[in-house]
Amino acid sequence: MEFVLLIFLPIVAALFVPFLYKTVKNIHTGWFVFIISAALFIYYLRFIEKTLNGNVDTSTLSWIPSLDIAFIAYIDGLSLLFSLLITGIGALVVLYSIFYLDKKREKLNNFYVYLLMFMTAMLGIVQSDHMITLYLFWELTSISSFLLIGYWYTRDRSRFGALKSMMITVFGGLMMLGGLVLLSIMGDTYSIRELIANASSFIGHDYFTLALVLVLLGAFTKSAQFPFYIWLPDAMEAPTPVSAYLHSATMVKAGLYLVARFTPIFASSEVWIWLVTGIGLLTLFWGSFFAVKQTDLKAILAFSTVSQLGLIMSLLGASAVAYHVTGADAAIFKFAAFAAIFHLINHAMFKGSLFMVAGIVDHETGTRDIRKLGGLMSIMPVSFTVAFIGSMSMAGLPPFGGFLSKELFLTSMLALRDFELFNFATWGIIFPIVAWVASVFTFVYSFYFVFKTFAGKRKMQSLPKEPKETSLGMLLSPVVLAAIVVVIFFIPNLIGKMFVKPAVVAMQSGLYNHPDEVTVNVSAWHGWSPELMMTLGIIALGAFLFLTMSKWQKLYDIQPQYFSLNALYDTLMVFGESGMNRLSRFYMTGLIRTYLVYMFAFIAAITTAALFIQDAFAVDMESFSPLNTYGIMTAVILVLAVVMVLFAKTRLAAIIALGGVGYSVALFFVIYKAPDLALTQLVIETVSVALFLLAFHHLPALKRHGESTKFRLGNFIIAAAVGITMTLLALSAHSQKLIPSISQYYKDTVFTEAAGGNIVNVILVDYRGFDTLFEIAVLAIAGIGVYSMIRLRLSRKENSDENK
Amino acid sequence: MKTNDVILQTGTKVVFFIIFLFSIHIFFAGHFAPGGGFVGGLLTTAAIVLLLLAFDLKTVQKALPFNFMIVVAVGLLLALGTAAGSILFDVPFFTHAYDDFNLPLFGVSSLHTAMIFDAGVYLVVVGSTITMIQTIGGDS
Repeated sequence: MEFVLLIFLPIVAALFVPFLYKTVKNIHTGWFVFIISAALFIYYLRFIEKTLNGNVDTSTLSWIPSLDIAFIAYIDGLSLLFSLLITGIGALVVLYSIFYLDKKREKLNNFYVYLLMFMTAMLGIVQSDHMITLYLFWELTSISSFLLIGYWYTRDRSRFGALKSMMITVFGGLMMLGGLVLLSIMGDTYSIRELIANASSFIGHDYFTLALVLVLLGAFTKSAQFPFYIWLPDAMEAPTPVSAYLHSATMVKAGLYLVARFTPIFASSEVWIWLVTGIGLLTLFWGSFFAVKQTDLKAILAFSTVSQLGLIMSLLGASAVAYHVTGADAAIFKFAAFAAIFHLINHAMFKGSLFMVAGIVDHETGTRDIRKLGGLMSIMPVSFTVAFIGSMSMAGLPPFGGFLSKELFLTSMLALRDFELFNFATWGIIFPIVAWVASVFTFVYSFYFVFKTFAGKRKMQSLPKEPKETSLGMLLSPVVLAAIVVVIFFIPNLIGKMFVKPAVVAMQSGLYNHPDEVTVNVSAWHGWSPELMMTLGIIALGAFLFLTMSKWQKLYDIQPQYFSLNALYDTLMVFGESGMNRLSRFYMTGLIRTYLVYMFAFIAAITTAALFIQDAFAVDMESFSPLNTYGIMTAVILVLAVVMVLFAKTRLAAIIALGGVGYSVALFFVIYKAPDLALTQLVIETVSVALFLLAFHHLPALKRHGESTKFRLGNFIIAAAVGITMTLLALSAHSQKLIPSISQYYKDTVFTEAAGGNIVNVILVDYRGFDTLFEIAVLAIAGIGVYSMIRLRLSRKENSDENK
Repeated sequence: MKTNDVILQTGTKVVFFIIFLFSIHIFFAGHFAPGGGFVGGLLTTAAIVLLLLAFDLKTVQKALPFNFMIVVAVGLLLALGTAAGSILFDVPFFTHAYDDFNLPLFGVSSLHTAMIFDAGVYLVVVGSTITMIQTIGGDS
């Protein structure tokens, strides 16, 4: 079977969800979704065998062959690992949601449609080999995540959070699209595999750094890295299963996936290593530091997710160093790749379980405010156990999976110190220090999360509901995840062999041929190494900080509200709205005069600029005809009449002067031998002056009536500029005729071909009668227009009726 | 008080026909001498405007009982029909035909389908300008 079609299985299944919801009322719709994701999980398990041997599998579904766009599912170690996470945790989350969301009160048809949409999108991202379809699925995750965050759309906060995450991730997605397009131009292919194969030829390419930064922007916004992490805490308004699934285990890892996937292409760049590692570490520190400040359980977890994603990101950056070093040094950086993937698995497990526990606490006590909670240990023993396991793993303590990945992380960061290239020797010392400080805060918030909720005094009176242990069904998923966290600690090398090493081979392609060449062995006890010392230090300082927390937590209040990234985002949004409003109001005055000023100014400026840039201005005195007395006299009359129009004190005088202009133009036609034009001009001028005079009677008594026009300097400048520009243009056009006129043909054939003597009329009715046909149509339309405007004024009558 | 413009009205009665004849002349002469449908139409309009000035709207409407909107339509149809007629003879749109004919009263005359087209132009010009002037002038 073409397994590319399986990507679409969830979204096709989503079509049936509303029907099932409406028809099968007794069974929770979630069970159907659960079967879909569990089946997919089991199906993807079969690929493990293949990736274990370093093999890959592809499957293609042609979409737009003429543009070389196709859905290409590409399964190697990395995409398989993600696919398993997506479907596996997906199944557990659906199971959890079956008990979390009430079948009667909630709109389950919406919820599961969005969730299945999201599952397709995620599977599409991790399996796509084609960059355009990768982008397609990428935006589909943004959209489905938007829908899921805004699931309780009657709440203000949900809508705000949904919009915020949409704005930020779509911004990043569009940037990424730009990066991907640049990549496809550089490599002349859309296939990521082919790009990786040609990676060495891109170094030094003009677009290389730009493409790198753009792709990273996409990854950073999606994976909630600094400073784009701000959408994640606000996305916590989503139902808890969504937070557990999207905002801890899968979607936020899409950015990590992207970075891991493109590492072989960009690893040669210094910018890549610095950006990924640096931003990752900054995010790690920032997230862990601010997690302690939060009072909402899910907000703590959101900041913790941000921080852990930063950790993985920095490891991914460090793994790119492996491309620059050889020999014994290289091993330690290949280590970083292993650590990144290993922690990614760990994080998905413990963070998923922690979110579910937060949801259980919320569900059973009615609040998520950590200040109201406490002493739930004996009431909710199972939840407490799960929370304890998850938090300790998050803090990096044995015997949980997090301990191992924390050790691997510290080892990699210590190794960065010794990296010689790109100024790392001087600045490299910062990395382990920041990593260590961030780990201390991680320790603090992990303890804060679990012990403030479950230990201490019970505050019954502050709880909205009487707390009790939750149902078995809701506990099942977190228990499974917590169990995996513990199991990972005891069999890290099996996990490493089955999932991590194939993923590392995919991530660092070119360095390995077979997963077995990744020679990383994880052991719980690795001697008295520096990283163990650091862990001991973390425990000691972390414990001290946790115990004295009430004393220093006030420090957070020093930071003013308006000096934060959220405030910056709000300001930007407000500015985007009111600022743009003000900008449009500034130039869209609603006055025709202003718009005419814009248009004429642009006409003058552009024409003059074009004349000078092209060096097109020329005056050829030879081409002018000789002046004659009649011409000069008529010109003088014409100019006088025009001046009179401008300075006329009354409208009547202006109309008469305008008539003077028209008649002198007719005289020009006579002098320059155009009898037809002269005739027409004379009659049309007479008729139009008569019409002006007719209209003159109907003019309302305006304020300006009878006054002369006011002088405005701006108008004068623009009018003068347009006049001068057009004069220059006419002079140069007249002086530079490229081809002879066509009129000789008309002269030769007017009698022989058209049986006529008047060239003008023959042109009008015969050679180019088409124009005349539509000109008379214009005239007819004008007549009908005047008729209908004057005779058919229904609206005015109705209005006047309404006024009565 | 009603002014007595007997001189104007009497003069108009004579001058109207002179202008009208001139306009017809200009129209027919168009193919060989200055003139044509457009100028001819405008001159006819001018003649009718003169009537309108000397008499009043109602009198002129009684004297010339045409709906000038229909004149416009007839003119457009004439022009379009001439242009389209060539298609029937399997030649491109807007191909004119001409030949010499021996007419009973006029003798040998050169007749040209462009004249029919020009007649269309003439009718449209007269129709729409008079429509405009009548509607604007008739507006209270």
